[in-house]
Amino acid sequence: MQPSLFSSVRLTVSQITFRIRQQLENDPTLQDVWVEGEISNLSRPASGHIYFTLKDKNASLRCVMWKTDAARLRFSLRDGMAVEAHGKIAVYEPQGQYQLVANSVQPKGEGALYQEFLRLKSLLEAEGLFDAERKRPVPALPGVIGIVTSPTGAALRDMLNTVRRRLPLAQVLFAPSPVQGAEAPPALVRALQALNSHSPDVILLARGGGSIEDLWAFNDERVVRAVAASAAPVISGVGHETDFTLCDFAADLRAPTPTAAAELAAPTTLEDLRLQLGYSSSRLADSISSLLAERRALVSALASRLKYVSPERRIQSEYQRLDALSRRAFSALNHRVELQSRRLDGVSKRLLSLDPKSVLLRGYAIVARKEDGAIVASVKEARGTMRVQVSDGEFDVVRGS
Amino acid sequence: MPKTKRTEKPVEELTYEEAIAELEDIVASLEEGRAALQDSMNLFERGRALIAHCGSLLETAQLKVRALAGDGLITPFEDESG
Repeated sequence: MQPSLFSSVRLTVSQITFRIRQQLENDPTLQDVWVEGEISNLSRPASGHIYFTLKDKNASLRCVMWKTDAARLRFSLRDGMAVEAHGKIAVYEPQGQYQLVANSVQPKGEGALYQEFLRLKSLLEAEGLFDAERKRPVPALPGVIGIVTSPTGAALRDMLNTVRRRLPLAQVLFAPSPVQGAEAPPALVRALQALNSHSPDVILLARGGGSIEDLWAFNDERVVRAVAASAAPVISGVGHETDFTLCDFAADLRAPTPTAAAELAAPTTLEDLRLQLGYSSSRLADSISSLLAERRALVSALASRLKYVSPERRIQSEYQRLDALSRRAFSALNHRVELQSRRLDGVSKRLLSLDPKSVLLRGYAIVARKEDGAIVASVKEARGTMRVQVSDGEFDVVRGS
Repeated sequence: MPKTKRTEKPVEELTYEEAIAELEDIVASLEEGRAALQDSMNLFERGRALIAHCGSLLETAQLKVRALAGDGLITPFEDESG
C-alpha cells in the first residue's frame, strides 16, 4: 500500500527522535526501574564509564553506567553475570538508540534478599531489639574475651593477633562455628549461648568479608535475637566497612571489620596498663610520704605546745617568786636585826648604868660574908669575916659589935 | 569513692583486675589520710606488694586461648599465629 504523501505528519529525524525521547522520558515506570538480565558486551573504556548489554532469552537492552555510579559498585561486573540493574531509560539521539542509564547494579537475587533484610529490620526494630538504651558498655579491661567465628577463617587469626598485641593479659575463649550456609545460624546461636554459660566479659561475633549471601547468616532472625539476648556485651565485626548486617544493629557495639572489633574488645593496651601502674605507684609513694610528713609536722607542733605548757616554765617562775620572797625576807630580817641591835645598845647602856661597880665609885661598898659569899644587906646578916668590895679592890672585915 | 570489699587473698593469687582495683582503693584511702599510722603503713606495704604483682603480671602476660568443644568442655586452642 502506498502511503499518502499529504495526510501524514512530516518530521525531521531530529524532531521524531526528540518526540520518542519525550515519550520515553515521560513514562514514570521507565524512569525508575529494575531490569533483570545477563551481562554481555561488557566494555570499560578509559573514561571510567561502563557499557554493557543486558540480555534475556528474547531481548537485549543497551546499558551505560556513568563513572561516578560505576565507582560505587561493590563487585566487578563480568560477562555472563546475572544481575539486576536499576536506572532510567534514556535516548541517545546521535545513534537513535534507547538505553538504560544504570545507577546501581547488584547480583541477581540480592534485591529479594534486601527486601527480606528491610522487612526483618523493621520488625525487630519495632520490637526494640536495636534500641540505644539496650546497648551496654564494653568493659575497659576484659578478663575473658569470647570469640564466635569460623575456626578456619582469617578473621580468627586477625582477632587473636590484635588481642595478643594489645592485651595479652586477657584470656580468649573461642567458640567455633560455621559462619555461612544453612547450618550457620543455629550453630552461631549455640556458640553464643555456650560462651555465655562461661560468663565472658565481652563477646566478639565476627566474620571476614564476602558477598551478601555469604554474610546472610548474620541477618538471620535467630542469630540477631541471640545477639540481643546475650548476657555479655557483644561486639560485631562482620564483613567490610560497607557491610551492615542485622547483627550489627543488635550488637552493643559495631565494628567495621573483625580486627577493629578485636581492638574495641581490648580498649586498654598493656602499654596503658604500664602507664596506669606507674601512676598508681607514684601516687602510693606520694600518699605515704605526705602522710608521714603530716604526722611529723603534727608531732613537732605538739612538741612545741608541750614545751609551752611544760612545768619547766612554771619552775622558772617559781624560782623568780622564791627569789623575790627571799629578797623581801632578807631585807625584813636586816631591818629587824638593826632594830634589835639598836635596842640592845640602849639596854646595854642602861645595863651598864646599873653595874654595881659604878655605884662603888660613888663610895658605896658591897659586903659579902666570907663563909658563904652571901651579900650582906642587913645588920642581922652580918657575921664572921666579911669581904668588902670597894671601887678599886677589896678587903676583909670582922663584925665588932 | 565506694570501698570495694577488701580481699583477704594473698597478693600472688589476685588477678590483675582484682589487684589493680585494690591498689586504687588503697591509694585513695591513704590519700584521704584517715587511717591510723600503723594501718597506713600496712596499707602501704600491701600497695607495694600489689604493684610488684601487677608489674610481674604485665611483664609475663601471654595470651591464653582456649576453645569450647561441642560437649561444653574447654580445651587449649593452638592457633598457628601463636
